[in-house]
Amino acid sequence: MPKAGKKVAILSIEGTNCDAELNSCFQQLGADPEVVDLKQLTGEVDDPSLRRRLADYDVLMFPGGFSAGDYVRAGAIMAARIRSALGKELFEFVEDPAHLVGGICNGFQVLVELGLLPGRPGNRLSAPQACLTTNDSARFECRPTFVSWEGGNFRPFSATPKGSVYFFPSAHGEGKLVLSGTEGTSLKDLEAAGQILFRWVDPDGEPAGYPWNPNGSEGNVAGITNPEGNVFGLMPHPERAFSLTARDRVLGRPTRHPVLTGREFLAALL
Amino acid sequence: MGKAKGTPPRRVEVRVELKPGVMDAEALSTEKALGLLGVKDLDGVHIARVYELTFTGIDAEAAMDRARECVERLLANPVIHQVSLRALEH
Repeated sequence: MPKAGKKVAILSIEGTNCDAELNSCFQQLGADPEVVDLKQLTGEVDDPSLRRRLADYDVLMFPGGFSAGDYVRAGAIMAARIRSALGKELFEFVEDPAHLVGGICNGFQVLVELGLLPGRPGNRLSAPQACLTTNDSARFECRPTFVSWEGGNFRPFSATPKGSVYFFPSAHGEGKLVLSGTEGTSLKDLEAAGQILFRWVDPDGEPAGYPWNPNGSEGNVAGITNPEGNVFGLMPHPERAFSLTARDRVLGRPTRHPVLTGREFLAALL
Repeated sequence: MGKAKGTPPRRVEVRVELKPGVMDAEALSTEKALGLLGVKDLDGVHIARVYELTFTGIDAEAAMDRARECVERLLANPVIHQVSLRALEH
């Protein structure tokens, strides 16, 4: 069962647009979530009652959307602002293994641009070691998709059976993970370190390329973690498949294995 | 170098493009579309993004340093991008 009242900050700036859904999901799961604007954490607020401190939360979530219009590169402006104004606090937050930091879609792009994913031991905010770039199709891919848990180092999933399949819809134009391949950041390195969180699969949990892999990421990678397993990012949207109704309407047929939803995934974070 | 009062604005062109070997899906789609439109003799499309940065109150060398700072902090991701800088006439 989720820990009641676990404090979750859902970080927003102009252009993030999946914050309300994520907030609602965590509320339904019994947590204590709050949508927090970046300026509330950096102190750029006139009303002192709006001031928030990162250290007061258990979980920090970067929601989906188009932060700062996705100008320059997806997630790049939000990442640059955070690095500049909140870098020290974020580094200290991530350094505490009891804390969890997650990014969904645009939030994943922000964490990659911050250098926190795939990250290096110690969680320093470094130069990016990866990029989430234009889908191979050069199109915005928006449809139901499925991912499989890879049995890696993700702490909240320590008891989750490897191979569990989740139904999370996708909606992105820049989701192809390109790794620098240097200093432990090749695909093989991430696999060896247990840093592959999810891979794109078909509804039966079998590895599958396009269109089940909507962006062309090498190895069908849909999500990754940092070396410590307390920072994670994924391209599809668990908050958009929170109900069994959504899942069953899409599946419409029996599958080889039970297919889980965003509810099970987000509950595990608590 | 550094602060130079009364100096003219300094403009620097920053050109950001994908490194060789990084698939440019947008360029491939553009090339395909141009072919479908009937454009003849086309043999490749390459896409780059150009920023023109204008600095005031600093000399040319400092302006290039500032431009490099902009590249490192925001304009390029070194995993997929290569960058070239050029001072523009003011």
